[in-house]
Amino acid sequence: MATGATKPFGLFRNMTAKIAAIPMILTALVVFAGGTIWTVVHSFTGSKLLPKLNWVGLDQYERLWNSNRWIVSIENLLIFGVFSLIFSLVIGFTLAALLDQKIRFENTFRTIILYPFAMSFIVTGLVWQWLLNPEFGIQSIVRDLGWTGFDFDPLYNQDIVIYGVLIAALWQGTGLIMVLMLAGMRGIDQDIWKASRVDGIPAWKTYLFIIIPMMRPVFITTLVIIASGIVKVFDLVVAQTSGGPGIASEVPAKYVYDSMFLRQNLGQGFAASTMMLLAVVIIIIPWAYLEFGGKKRD
Amino acid sequence: MTDVTHFEGAHGPKPRRVFSRRNIFLYGTLIMVALYYVLPLYVMIVTSLKGMPEIRMGNIFAPPVDITFEPWVKAWSQACTGLNCDGLSRGFWNSVQITVPSVIVSILIASVNGYALANWRFKGADVFFTILIFGAFIPYQIMLYPMVILLREMGIYGTLWGLVMVHSIFGMPILTLLFRNYFTSLPEELFKAARVDGAGFWGIYFQIMLPMSLPIFVVAMILQVTGIWNDFLFGVVYTKPDIYPMTVQLNNIVNSVQGVKEYNVNMAATILTGLVPLVIYFVSGRLFVRGIAAGAVKG
Amino acid sequence: MTSSVEIKNLNLSFGAVEVLKNLNLSIAEGEFLVLLGSSGCGKSTLLNCIAGLLDITAGQIFIKGQNVTWAEPSERGIGMVFQSYALYPQMTVEGNMSFGLKNAKVPKAEIKERVAHAADVLQIEPLLDRKPSALSGGQRQRVAIGRALVRDVDVFLFDEPLSNLDAKLRADLRVELKQLHARLQNTMIYVTHDQVEAMTLADRIAIMKDGLIQQLASPAEIYSRPANLYVADFIGSPAMNLLDGQINNGNFEAGEISIPLGGYEFSREARGGALLGIRPEHVIVGGNADTADISLDVTAEVVEALGSDTLVLTSVNATRFWLRISGQSQVATGDALRIGFNASDASLFDKADEKRL
Repeated sequence: MATGATKPFGLFRNMTAKIAAIPMILTALVVFAGGTIWTVVHSFTGSKLLPKLNWVGLDQYERLWNSNRWIVSIENLLIFGVFSLIFSLVIGFTLAALLDQKIRFENTFRTIILYPFAMSFIVTGLVWQWLLNPEFGIQSIVRDLGWTGFDFDPLYNQDIVIYGVLIAALWQGTGLIMVLMLAGMRGIDQDIWKASRVDGIPAWKTYLFIIIPMMRPVFITTLVIIASGIVKVFDLVVAQTSGGPGIASEVPAKYVYDSMFLRQNLGQGFAASTMMLLAVVIIIIPWAYLEFGGKKRD
Repeated sequence: MTDVTHFEGAHGPKPRRVFSRRNIFLYGTLIMVALYYVLPLYVMIVTSLKGMPEIRMGNIFAPPVDITFEPWVKAWSQACTGLNCDGLSRGFWNSVQITVPSVIVSILIASVNGYALANWRFKGADVFFTILIFGAFIPYQIMLYPMVILLREMGIYGTLWGLVMVHSIFGMPILTLLFRNYFTSLPEELFKAARVDGAGFWGIYFQIMLPMSLPIFVVAMILQVTGIWNDFLFGVVYTKPDIYPMTVQLNNIVNSVQGVKEYNVNMAATILTGLVPLVIYFVSGRLFVRGIAAGAVKG
Repeated sequence: MTSSVEIKNLNLSFGAVEVLKNLNLSIAEGEFLVLLGSSGCGKSTLLNCIAGLLDITAGQIFIKGQNVTWAEPSERGIGMVFQSYALYPQMTVEGNMSFGLKNAKVPKAEIKERVAHAADVLQIEPLLDRKPSALSGGQRQRVAIGRALVRDVDVFLFDEPLSNLDAKLRADLRVELKQLHARLQNTMIYVTHDQVEAMTLADRIAIMKDGLIQQLASPAEIYSRPANLYVADFIGSPAMNLLDGQINNGNFEAGEISIPLGGYEFSREARGGALLGIRPEHVIVGGNADTADISLDVTAEVVEALGSDTLVLTSVNATRFWLRISGQSQVATGDALRIGFNASDASLFDKADEKRL
């Protein structure tokens, strides 16, 4: 009798495939799902040096939101987030549109604009720390040119330090946004351009009213990429300002790291990282709904 | 009407002016932008070739008067981190030892995952995959400590293999997605033909899929080498000072509070750290772009 | 005759969507069966089920009397040829053809012998050392057939194998396939959406729609006695002309036309609303029209000269009515034509259930 007459037991169907997927299953369940739940649960405990299950309710969150350092971190993240979203999208799109003009040396320009993306945030932070050094950097150069009243020392000025970080972040990341936008533009049917030329619509109008609406999916994914990157900002600040001057350039990710590994205050770290998770969930859920919820219906 | 070569009015190719207002604006803007992006790299190189007296006197954009490679030598073999003074070379070799196995292990696991997800859809696979993709967006901070416990339980916390495991785990979402999308894009009939020909899970993976996937493996390698080399957070959390990767060591050298700031050494060290990904970037060119676009755009 | 492939009460659903519905099919030893239908009808799905590439929801599949419902594709004694050829790009032609045999642990000498034999049958010996990328479309498809051939199996499955080829190559390979079948006498199941392929290749055609077999019969039978309106409309180009009317006292009445149905072979009792179908090529045009069961006058509205024959669009009772006449006829737009046809050439369908009367 052929083996085909005996039904293989459900669990053993595609057995090899399942065994091969064990690392993925463990990662998904133990690290990603398990780790997240573990941290959220422990954020309701008074864990200090070691994680303990001594419940303190919402104490950690109360302390968190009463901490000046955390408030500064959140403010910085908001300023940094809003500006880097706007500037990344605008600069990225504009550069992509410029490169889309069938120009010569397109590859050279793209290579130059994208190369900072290959560098780590540590390298980026240190370069800009040097460039923004008030004694030797941009400020001193402009003053040497005779403009002696020129003040631009973001890394030493509490009020504008976060913009100094922003400049570095934009330098590092806009290339990626440009490449994504350019790929989106190239994905658009070239007949659209022919039609708009025949209709006599100026190029900038075509971009604004036809191309941008058609690139909606690209914009949404780019938005999510930028947004989830913003929440994770850590190394850049560590390298460029170490959170200073004072606590003026602290960010949530750094707050978490410092609480957990420098200040032996695990509970605070867990509560702060849970807040970060919450922020990401607020960004991700609507996107996932738009992106995947819509697809299932057609 | 015998002279056919004689035309009235516009004829032949449209004349194009190289210096039209549009071109001046377009190329002018692009050159300005390119300068802005190149400048930091230029300043880094220039600074690293100057002596400290020259730096103190001059301006950071000025080319070096007296070219010296002293700072490079110092950065590589003598710079101090506060703990030791044997330079960045230690961090470089640590990074190599971390990056090579991490890239291999993470790509092996992720490519098998992607293949299993694309071709051998089993019950529940989609659930695990969805969790995995969400994992790509969850801030690492929330999984930092549970991972510490996990590594400690396994007895590899603070070791090289612990960090390799961390990189393999946190690189898994994006790489699995990359491979899954690639294998899904291969014609399904090829997989069917191989099954009719009696090849099993590993047979199809090694004999049919692998030989067809060289480009995506290269893309994944570029993505991983750059990502792991540039990592700072995992390096600082999951390793001990004597196996700190290059980025961590660089940060410790430059931001150490002791001693006089030697900007030329700092910049030389910074270039040295950025060199590996930079070389990969310039050598791989289009593949790098393809990698980040594939990794980023489609989910 | 023993049956080579037998499908019993087969069901396949993807979630809530039923793709194949309680399907029964018995294919005889050495038969060439064509599964024909438009895209989405379930024909390729059925083929994949037979191959074991899709897990079925309910029912049984037998090949050569063996229950293979849960067997692996490679254990079923089938060879399969795909639309996109599905040749392994990194292997040579020889590697492609021997891959399955190597997996089955066939001795090397025998592999060589079988590959050589198949290459001889398909005349691809000079190509054995080449990679698929160095082959033309026709050559690739020959290699794909060769890969199925070396497996020395009882049943060949073809999934639209000629669809990716241009028209001329398609016609050539169609003839070769027919010769191959005549020579090998294997059971062949062939999926296509091309009615010409179906009509020329098949011993029997199964016309499918919405996961159901609409009619399973010889090409001649399907052409002349379509089982329902869907089959009548699907086969033939241009499609069968349809007149909407009533059956009254043994006559078909539509508007002012009344056709005596004495010559029509009824398969069941009929009365009330009906559709009468007549193929464009069964309409008699000119002098002989008056001898037919019904004759009438029409005007040529559009004339399409195809060379070998000419298609003329007219209207009867304000519905489109195509005629196919000899390519030699001189007909121009606006010409008056006398046409007629016989009830014995027509097909009648019940208006309610759309089945043949």
